[in-house]
Amino acid sequence: MNRVAVTGLGMLCALGNNVAECWAKLASGASGIVPLADPGAPPYKFQFGAQALGFNSSDHFSERELMLLERFAQMAVVAGREAIAQSGLTFAGSLAERTAIVTGTSVGGQFAEETGYYRLYRENNPRVAPLTIPRTMSNAGASAISVEYGITGPVYTVSTACASSNHAIGQAFWMIRNGQTLAAIAGGSEAVFAEGLLRAWEAMRVVSSQPCRPFSIDRNGLTLGEGAAMLVLENWDHAQARGAIIHGEILGFGMSSDAHHITQPCVDGPAKAMRWALTDAGIAPGQVDYINAHGTGTLANDVTETQAIRSVFAEPTDNILVSSTKSMHGHTLGAAGAVEAIATLLALKHGLAPPTINFTKPDPACNLNLVTVRAQPAPLEIALSNTFAFGGLNASLVFKR
Amino acid sequence: MPTEPATDDLARNDLAQKVIRIIAEKQRIPLDTVALDSTFEELKIDSLDGINIIFAVEEQFDISVPDEGVHTIRSVRDMVDGVRSLIEAKAASSAAKPE
Repeated sequence: MNRVAVTGLGMLCALGNNVAECWAKLASGASGIVPLADPGAPPYKFQFGAQALGFNSSDHFSERELMLLERFAQMAVVAGREAIAQSGLTFAGSLAERTAIVTGTSVGGQFAEETGYYRLYRENNPRVAPLTIPRTMSNAGASAISVEYGITGPVYTVSTACASSNHAIGQAFWMIRNGQTLAAIAGGSEAVFAEGLLRAWEAMRVVSSQPCRPFSIDRNGLTLGEGAAMLVLENWDHAQARGAIIHGEILGFGMSSDAHHITQPCVDGPAKAMRWALTDAGIAPGQVDYINAHGTGTLANDVTETQAIRSVFAEPTDNILVSSTKSMHGHTLGAAGAVEAIATLLALKHGLAPPTINFTKPDPACNLNLVTVRAQPAPLEIALSNTFAFGGLNASLVFKR
Repeated sequence: MPTEPATDDLARNDLAQKVIRIIAEKQRIPLDTVALDSTFEELKIDSLDGINIIFAVEEQFDISVPDEGVHTIRSVRDMVDGVRSLIEAKAASSAAKPE
């Protein structure tokens, strides 16, 4: 089995246009959640979203390139470029075919789809734009990265709602560990601020009217966010041989399905995913220093996640710092696993657990050692990052400094 | 006057019947299994079913149920009472508007 190094990071979201900008905000406990533009009558029931307002597609792509790339794919490519540039990898020769790209997204390109429906059903115009299909497809970002860098190995996209990019990173990690590939670009992206999609979220009644406050007793829902994050994963020996800077290591990955209910969370499934991840990593629960929680800020998630964490970590739970960075970058859905993987890796690197902001008062049902208000310095060696999806699908990754 | 309360009772009954019909239709269960005193738990109505039923109720009565309703409505009677108060609030606010 090969060790797997992280040699490149790329990220953009409501907190910033690159990893450095995002980390500065995560470390200082700054919010990326902003008031949403008024959609007209009737207004949304929620007025806040974590929009990547600093992301301008024309800064990164020609008009011709943009014909084929929707916002979620644009963001995937830009995050991929940052990660690859940082890694210093070039994909000449055999590395091109021994590199994978695995991305995650929940819904893919929603804007092209909505525009098509508008023409068809609202304007009674059956002539829908010819590039709707390639713009909409969930693998558009992965394929665009493949074309741009000439990466010819396994390239695919995972769509498991809010666990998508955690699953993507886990699969890429396993491929490298098992020797199928030497390197991988893995992560995910999501662009949720399309009106039809927002109306559908509104109807689910899980979006908070306020900026989300995970684990706080007065929490009443999540805050939607958009963004992308990509990691360059690399065979440890390959990375060392070329003198690459190693930002951390992936130790293990675990996944499970609740087999319970399509939206109601339960304790067993998430607990199993965490246990599998620790087993896969070959470490004991007591070795974990920090958990980047799924922590959506819904009533149900935060309570069941607390119970799951307490069941896995038993008594030493109080030594483990826990936070939900969604309080700053929102719930980026299919990108959440990747955005939070980077937050976790940087927490380890800097010895600083980012906070759960907006927190007002503890909930006795969420009795974890929560980092609230401001980041907490601590010697962090090993951390876990959780994502739990609608459909009852759970994924956990274990990282080492 | 004795006729007043009787009409009121009829209206109450009618509203309850409409809500019960919506619940039965949305849950795909026989109408006679839903009573005013049924709890959502007895009818196996979970939170996802709940938002689906509330959506249908909003459409039928042209009202808007706040998100908190999903967590506070636990029985057919809760829902009928909630719908009635929202309808009354709507009537009061439109009566207050100058024409």
